[in-house]
Parts: sequence; structure tokens; C-alpha cells
Amino acid sequence: MFFGRTLRTAAIVTAVATLTSGAALAQKKYDTGASDTEIKIGNIMPYSGPASAYGIIGKTEEAYFKMINDKGGINGRKVNFVTYDDGYSPPKAVEQVRKLVESDEVLAVFNPLGTPSNSAIQKYLNAKKIPQLFVATGATKWNDPKNFPWTIGWQPSYQSEAQIYAKWLMKEKPDAKVAILYQNDDFGKDYLKGTKDGLGPKASSMIIMEESYEVSEPSIDGHIVKIKAANPDVLLIYATPKFAAQTIKKTAELSWKPLQILTNVSISVGSVMKPAGFEASQGVLSAAYAKDSTDPQWNNDPGMKRWNEFIDKYMPGADKTDTGTVYGYGAASTLAKVLEMCGDDLTRANLMKQAASLKDYAPDTLLPGVKINTSATDFAPISQLQMQRFKGEKWELFGEIISGDVASE
Amino acid sequence: MSAAEDVVTEGNEAVEAVPKRAMTLGLGTSLVVLLLLVAVPLFAKNFIIFQMTQLLYLGLAVLALNILTGGSGQFSLGQSAFYGIGAYVTAVMMEQFNIPYFLCLPVAGVLCFGVGFLFGQPALRLSGVYLALATFALATAMPQLLKLNFLEPWTGGVQGLVVTKPDAPFGLKMSQDMWLYYFTLVVVLAIYVFSVNLLRSRSGRAFMAIRDNEIAASAMGVNVALYKTLAFGVSAGITGVAGGLSAIAVQFVAPDSFTITLAIQLFLGMVVGGVGWLPGSIVGAAFIIFVPNIAEGVSKGLSGAVFGVILFIVIYLVPHGARQVAILGQQFAGRLRRN
Repeated sequence: MFFGRTLRTAAIVTAVATLTSGAALAQKKYDTGASDTEIKIGNIMPYSGPASAYGIIGKTEEAYFKMINDKGGINGRKVNFVTYDDGYSPPKAVEQVRKLVESDEVLAVFNPLGTPSNSAIQKYLNAKKIPQLFVATGATKWNDPKNFPWTIGWQPSYQSEAQIYAKWLMKEKPDAKVAILYQNDDFGKDYLKGTKDGLGPKASSMIIMEESYEVSEPSIDGHIVKIKAANPDVLLIYATPKFAAQTIKKTAELSWKPLQILTNVSISVGSVMKPAGFEASQGVLSAAYAKDSTDPQWNNDPGMKRWNEFIDKYMPGADKTDTGTVYGYGAASTLAKVLEMCGDDLTRANLMKQAASLKDYAPDTLLPGVKINTSATDFAPISQLQMQRFKGEKWELFGEIISGDVASE
Repeated sequence: MSAAEDVVTEGNEAVEAVPKRAMTLGLGTSLVVLLLLVAVPLFAKNFIIFQMTQLLYLGLAVLALNILTGGSGQFSLGQSAFYGIGAYVTAVMMEQFNIPYFLCLPVAGVLCFGVGFLFGQPALRLSGVYLALATFALATAMPQLLKLNFLEPWTGGVQGLVVTKPDAPFGLKMSQDMWLYYFTLVVVLAIYVFSVNLLRSRSGRAFMAIRDNEIAASAMGVNVALYKTLAFGVSAGITGVAGGLSAIAVQFVAPDSFTITLAIQLFLGMVVGGVGWLPGSIVGAAFIIFVPNIAEGVSKGLSGAVFGVILFIVIYLVPHGARQVAILGQQFAGRLRRN
């Protein structure tokens, strides 16, 4: 009896000791890649190969963390941003991510670019329970916390954007004859699907033509002529910048005036609207979530002023009209925010938990009113867009901010 | 002066004659290389093992091209197509039909042999640069063919297909990476031995006779058409197996993995390894895997230019690739022995 009590006391004492020491440890917890002085973040980008134009995003992020470190880091820790080239090739992406995880031992992989590359590394990272944070692709499948709890998106998905256009069309032009020009890859096909889903049962009667082109084609003039022959009154342009500019220009040359709706990917005033010709671009519709660096209406915006100062100081000589610099700044500041929220608990589990607990976060570069929200069941950080119309030499926002969450199937 | 040396000094044609003897390594060297390949993974990290697996299957793909170009004297820039077919066949069979991986590889090989053999038929009418162009067309077409709508239920279309990595069998306490490495090693060794024997056989002599002089070969009674297409088929089959191994190791296939860039890399690997020298294939594979990483380490923005400079230096200093280095090493060792 007495012995039993001693044993019980001993057990309680041990338990209390364990608990308190546990509490003491809870103040500072680290996984591989984090320490008192440093947080190691990995990234892969296509610095070479067919998508090398996006490499600027990685360079912007690197510069952003340099700025953060110059200001004293995050909660006193410097961010060590390790970025490798995957050449937009999935096997290379796997090799480089394994190098980041197993050789460089990073805490998390942040903003890897491209749907194929991210698909290739998703299973590996989830099996290893390493956060795949804020992936740089608009595919819908990243919002799938149930099956892939270690992967989270960032930008609005292509499908949700396409649904917004479809809904707008159903409301404003229910009798429209719609032609869709899309790029024959995951990007274009996601838009196509989103549009059809958004139109619902009316899709078959409203869409009179679907025309695809290959990214390797030098010019898409022939496709435009072909579409014009079918005589639609709405043209949806799901094309990357070079082809979008060609499309707008060609329709004007044919003195054909359909209502044109342009994907958000190609709304840069500097690299699409200007080359296409401002006159030809009048009245083109699109949707946006971020501010356009070439749009004069943001000249006095405090957020864009901070962005401008950053580019001038940390990326002197960079092309400010490149949307990649705005994108990289926004994504990097989201990560900085999440790392700050982590406090001293820099475990991978907590990093993921904080990434899924963003509430009304608004980076400098997002449109006023567009906010980042995530939760344990919502892994699509940005899901708001606003419609806009091209007028004069800039985009004019109109209507309300529209939410368009599409969950992964 | 060895026979191999003569070759190095004399050869000015695109594909110079390589005697059979010079196509392989000596017994002692082979054993040392084999021992290294078996032992190193036991002490290496998983990432290193993964890179060594890459080295093996890319080496296999380079070897396949080497049989075609070094053996029968035909050029191909379309190896990425066969590699892609092999990878997709393996991935689709494993994921959609739940067939074990070791059964998928032979199927991939046989299928690619068939495709290569058939493609070899029209290719017969072409030679040299024209053949290279025809195969180039095949390589450019492949990623688009893989995206075709009606294939999508199997291939996953533009999104690609995720492959599950096999565990070590028989309850072996071995990481997936290590098991896959040894599995790859066995496959690659088997094919290497097969290739060496093939080139030493009657068919191999026929290949080389065609390479050296087509008219003379046919005058001697070699069925030129048959052996040319056969070389294409064998090369495509081996490339298919290499592609299948890559799908298992990378755990993912997508159309963008098999672009013309891959075909050019394999071609590069063959030249750097030494055209017609089979062991050089591994050296060539090492070049195409590691040198881009080194170039990136030197300068991120100019990695392509740095790679170009390294490649230029290599080709300028040792135009016959690793084979030349090996021969120089041999001579050096011989001189030491004499002293």
C-alpha cells in the first residue's frame, strides 16, 4: 500500500517534470533548417529553358530576403534563401528539390514555379512532411488540404478566374456567341474547363468555337483569321503575354471588334497592351488581383512606393514593367509574414499551421480590398479578383471584388 | 602503339572506325568500377544514391545511342521520343493497371524496340544529317502526341502522371532509393553485357561493316536494310528501358520531361563520353547531370554560357571525349611500368 503510494508520487513527479521541461522547450522549437540565427528556405525556378522569363521572380525573392536581412531578419533570424535552376523540366525539379531537402536541409520549399515541376515534387515533399509553400502556379489542384496537407497555393486559380468571366458573361451578355483561344497546355486547358464549368448547361450553346495553339508557334495570326470566319461576338483570350499581344493586334488589323476578355496572366500594360497598341486595346476586359507596376494610377500608392524603393535599392537596373517583380515581391512578403507569425516555433508543422491561418493579410502589391485568407480547409490564399476594362493607357477597375474559390476535386 | 591510339590519331570522319577491342574496358578496370558502383551507395546519403541512379539510367540511354551511332554509324536526335514512350508505358502500366514495375520494363523495352524498328524502315532511305533531321522531327512531335486528348485517361494529359516508388522486396531493410539503385544497377549491367556481346557478335560485325562502308558491307552479303533497322530497334528498346527506369526513379512523367532538349543532352553525353566507346556512356551521363549544376554554381544568370564554355573546352582539349582520356591514362600507366 505504502509502496504503491510512493510509486504513484514518483510517477506524478516525473510527469510534472516532463511537462514543465516540455513547456520550457515549447518556447523555442526547431526542425531541420531553422536555428537561433537562421531560417533556411529552398526554392526552384526556371532560370534557363523555355520559361526562363519567369526567372525574375526568383531573383526578386532573393533580393526581398536580402532586404529583410538588412533590416535585422525575422524575429532576429536571418533568412537564407537557396534557389536552384530546374529549367522547367520535371526530372530536374525532382533532383534540385531533393538536393534542397537532403543536402542543403532547408526548412521548407517556397514558391516553386510551374505546374509540371510542382506536380513532380508534390508527392515527395508530402511524404517527407516538408512544406511546399505558396506554389507559383494557377492550377486548381493545390487547394487540396485533405490529400496534400503540406502543399498550399498562392495566386488565384485559373479555373476560378475563368468562372468569374463566365458568370460575368451570363449576366451581361447571355446571348453571346463565344470563341475561346487557348494555349494547348495545362494553363490553357484549366481556363477552358473553368469557362465551361462557369457557363454550366449553356456552355454548349454559347461556345461556338474552341481554338488552341502551341506555345512553340511563332505567330498565331492564322488562328485569329480562322476564328473571325466563325463570326463570334465574344473572344476569350487564354494566352501567354506574347500571344495575347499578337491576338489583340491582329483583331484590330482585321478591323474586327468582338468583345475581348483577356487572362490575368497577360494584363501587363508594358509587355502586352503597349506592344499590341493602345488603340487596339481599348475596351478589352480582364480581372486582376495585383497592382500593375506600369499603371500610373498607383504612382502615389504607399504600397507601390515601398515596392519602387525596394526595386531601386535591391534590384537596380531591373525592368520595372516586368510583372514578375511585382509577383515575387508579393509572394516573398507573404512568406515573411508567415515566418513572423511562427515566432520561435519554427517546426514544419507549425509553419504549415501558420500558413493556413492567414487572416485578411494584404501585401503591398495586391489591389485594395483583395486580402489573403487561409484556413485548415482553405489552401487557396488569394481567391479574389476584380474586373477591369482597358481605357486610354491604363486599366480601370469596375464592379465589386469577386471571390471565386474552386476546391480541388 | 595500340590499335585504339591509331584510331584517335587518324579519325577525321564524323564517326570513325572503332575496333571491337577498344569498345570495352579491360577486366581489371571493369572489376574496380563494378566494386565502386556496388559499394559507394552503402556509405552515401539518399540524395547521392538518387543522383547515382540518375547516372545509371541516363548512362543507359547514352549507351543505346552509342550502339546506334558508334556501332552502326546512324545518327539520331530522336532518342527523347523513345525514352518518353518507355517512361510513359512504364508509368501507365504501373499506375493505371497496377502491374509490378519489374514486369513493366521489359514491356517498355519490347514496345520501343518495335517502334524503333518501324521508324527505322523509312529512315533507311535517309542517311547522315537527313536522318538526324527526321529523328529530330520525332523528338519535337513527342511532347504534343503525349498531350493528345484521347490518350488523356491513361496519360493524365498535360498534368502528367505520378508514379509510386517501389519498396524493397523480401522485407529487406533498405531505403527505397537504395533498393531502386541496386535494381537499376542490375538492369544496366545486364544490358551492358548484352550490348558488349552484341557488338562482338555476327550482328555487331555487320553493324560495323555498314558503318565503315555500306557498299562494301552489302557486297560481302550483309543485309544492309535489316541490320540498319535492327540497330535502330535495339537502340530504341534500350532507350525505352532507360526511360522506364527514369519514370520509377523520378516518380513522375509529364510531356515536358521528354522534349528535344533531352535528345540533345543524350547526344552530348555520347560525344563527351566518346563515340563508340561503351564505358564512356557513364562518363557522358555524368557530364550532362553534373556540369549544368556546376555551371549554375558559377553564375545563375549565365549558367548556359558557362556550360557552353566548359563544353567548348572539353571538346577542344579532348575531342574524342572520355575515351581519349582513358587511352592517355593507359599510356601513362604503361610508361610508368616500363620505367
